[in-house]
Amino acid sequence: MAAPRAPLHLVMPVWNRGTRGIRGLSRAVALEGSQKKGRSLLQFLADRFYDVQALREYLLQKQVLKVHQKNRFQGKEWIRSDAHGHFSLDFLKFQAVPVEAVDASGCAINYQGLDSLLALKELQSLWLQRCPHVDDWCLGRLHPLANSLQELSLAGCPRISERGLASLHHLRNLRRLDISDLPAVSNPGLTRILVEEMLPSCQVLGADWAQGLPSGPEEQSQDRASPIPA
Amino acid sequence: MLRRALQLGLGRGLLGRGLLGRGLGTHRGGSTLGKVEGSGGYRGSWVAPVSSYVTFRTRDPAHDGKTVGRLGEGDQNGKVSEIKKKIQSVLPGGAWNPPYDTSYLPPEHSDVVIVGGGVIGLSVAYWLKRLEKPRGAIRVLVVERDHTYSQASTALSVGGIRQQFSVPENIQLSLFSVEFLRNINEYLAVVDDPPLDIQFNPSGYLLLASEKGAAVMESNVKVQRQEGAKVCLMSPEQLRNKFPWINTEGVALASYGMEYEGWFDPWCLLQGLRRKVQSMGVLFCHGEVTRFVSSSSHTETTSGEEVTLKRIHEVHVKIDRSLEYQPVECALVINAAGAWSGQIAELAGVGKGPPGTLQGTKLPVERRKRYVYLWHCPQGPGLETPFIVDASGAYFRREGLGNNYLGGCSPTEEEEPDPGNLEVDHDFFQDKVWPPLAQRVPAFETLKVRSAWAGYYDYNTFDQNGVVGPHPLVVNMYFATGFSGHGLQQAPAVGRAVAEMVLDGHFQTINLSPFHFSRFYLGEKVQEHNII
Repeated sequence: MAAPRAPLHLVMPVWNRGTRGIRGLSRAVALEGSQKKGRSLLQFLADRFYDVQALREYLLQKQVLKVHQKNRFQGKEWIRSDAHGHFSLDFLKFQAVPVEAVDASGCAINYQGLDSLLALKELQSLWLQRCPHVDDWCLGRLHPLANSLQELSLAGCPRISERGLASLHHLRNLRRLDISDLPAVSNPGLTRILVEEMLPSCQVLGADWAQGLPSGPEEQSQDRASPIPA
Repeated sequence: MLRRALQLGLGRGLLGRGLLGRGLGTHRGGSTLGKVEGSGGYRGSWVAPVSSYVTFRTRDPAHDGKTVGRLGEGDQNGKVSEIKKKIQSVLPGGAWNPPYDTSYLPPEHSDVVIVGGGVIGLSVAYWLKRLEKPRGAIRVLVVERDHTYSQASTALSVGGIRQQFSVPENIQLSLFSVEFLRNINEYLAVVDDPPLDIQFNPSGYLLLASEKGAAVMESNVKVQRQEGAKVCLMSPEQLRNKFPWINTEGVALASYGMEYEGWFDPWCLLQGLRRKVQSMGVLFCHGEVTRFVSSSSHTETTSGEEVTLKRIHEVHVKIDRSLEYQPVECALVINAAGAWSGQIAELAGVGKGPPGTLQGTKLPVERRKRYVYLWHCPQGPGLETPFIVDASGAYFRREGLGNNYLGGCSPTEEEEPDPGNLEVDHDFFQDKVWPPLAQRVPAFETLKVRSAWAGYYDYNTFDQNGVVGPHPLVVNMYFATGFSGHGLQQAPAVGRAVAEMVLDGHFQTINLSPFHFSRFYLGEKVQEHNII
């Protein structure tokens, strides 16, 4: 999550006014471990992505748009909420801009929720770290993003196994894949070798054979929070 | 008592099809009605309700003979019959409670008897229990001859699931089944038991076609796409780009399933269904069906022809490793016996008649032996390997992380092995499986066979598609068999279809009327082209 980003990266905002009260409780659940990026970002996403229906409606507007000259990247960083979990209304200006990166770490996004993400034809970077409901079936759905997706992070997802990773070979433009800390993968070292063979032009992070050794030094900057029980 | 039961019975209309024709006078009072206490909704009904975790077979000595199920009938009639029953049970020849344990015996009455406890039979039981209204209305008995499932097609299956069929109904069945598998823990959750992990590999199927089959493949893919399957067509060029280890010589076209296709662990599905179905109150019997006792009636069709309709009244279940048998009175029989369905159908009288007539049309389901080989190939195709089916009929898929592969080939009609036993013919691999696979995947020229096994297909010799629905003449026997190698992947959907047929009288979600038995008599083939 520490990669610097110059051009525009939008995080999908969703207006979720109606169910504020219930969603507010989720804030307490989302806070785990220590973070690099703003705590408010995760917290906001954890709120928003529960209501994928509103997200989908919002994204329907984006579906048919292409990049226009006038909607140039404005050099902004991630769009996130402020301390109260509200958005500035600025994001409405960006409706015509294609979404390049999505950070859905820790969100309860599931198989149906991916419908909305798959509509983003220009998505380059997708972070699904520590999502408790992302499993092998969800990975099988990612093939529509094959043309644009360059970075995928699946670190810490408790339900992903090596069988789901096999379906990542559709993503031929993938350059960075993070598969560290997947508890359901039976043999991380061998899996990493096989994934590297499967995606020759992709840099695979994590799942070192050294992980299995008792005294491996932790060079991972990933959060070691325990996965939310499924 | 008879009057009231008749009234309520007629009012029910449960299970449609004239189940009252059995004659209410024949049931003995003791065992059925004796269990009705405490369940208010079933007063006077001749159908005993089922509570969960029930072990019906031991008859409660405290209640036997005493007709507790009389349910508040204070009239003179009831008291007299009550006394009569008490006397009858004491005298020899009556419903005397034997002093030994009879819990291994199936119950004396059951509404539905499912012959065969494989994935199809269990799926039918599951959906019957799930769709029945009200809860606990139907007593379902599953009769399975072999509780170790040593010869069952389910356990020996390669476990693939695909939507690449040519018949639209097959595609729909498979689509629903895959949804079922994806949400298996919502469907088959049992309190306090761990969730199921069917180990699904979403790697897809890759079907290769030569010049001859390319046109058929294209039209098939069109049908598949219409039904909602995500399949793409690939040229040899694209195939080489995607899978560089394939030798595309002789391949004109390939169809690749992108989503929802792959393979999974059939044993896990079987055990999950078994566990769930037991928790829903389905009874199991470890025995073999040896006889059907049925009655016939002659009627005339609208065109004036004479027809003999048969109705099965009793199923004789012979207990395993014993000469003892128990007659089970039933309303419906579901033939889900897989490779042995033909024998069960013969027992019921299907096909006994002059050939060429409906009475003489046998169930064309036969046991066919198929071999599966497991080999290791160190330089073999990688993690992305789909389930590849070559144009020659040979197929293989990866197994696990260690470069092991499972594969086989369906023999031609002339080479069909003798299905008497499940011995493996290793020469078959050398002659018929290895050469086409080595030609298709050059890395397979060096491989080492680790093990092999054989299993049965419940092969439908007519058109290699399932038979679903009631028999036109034996009116209370339903078929759910004959899937010829794709039964496992259609099992959840077929179970639901049969349950809908039984409970509502017609299909509600997926219309399987093309799979009716009468097509064998009428000669209408529903030919499935993509049989592996």
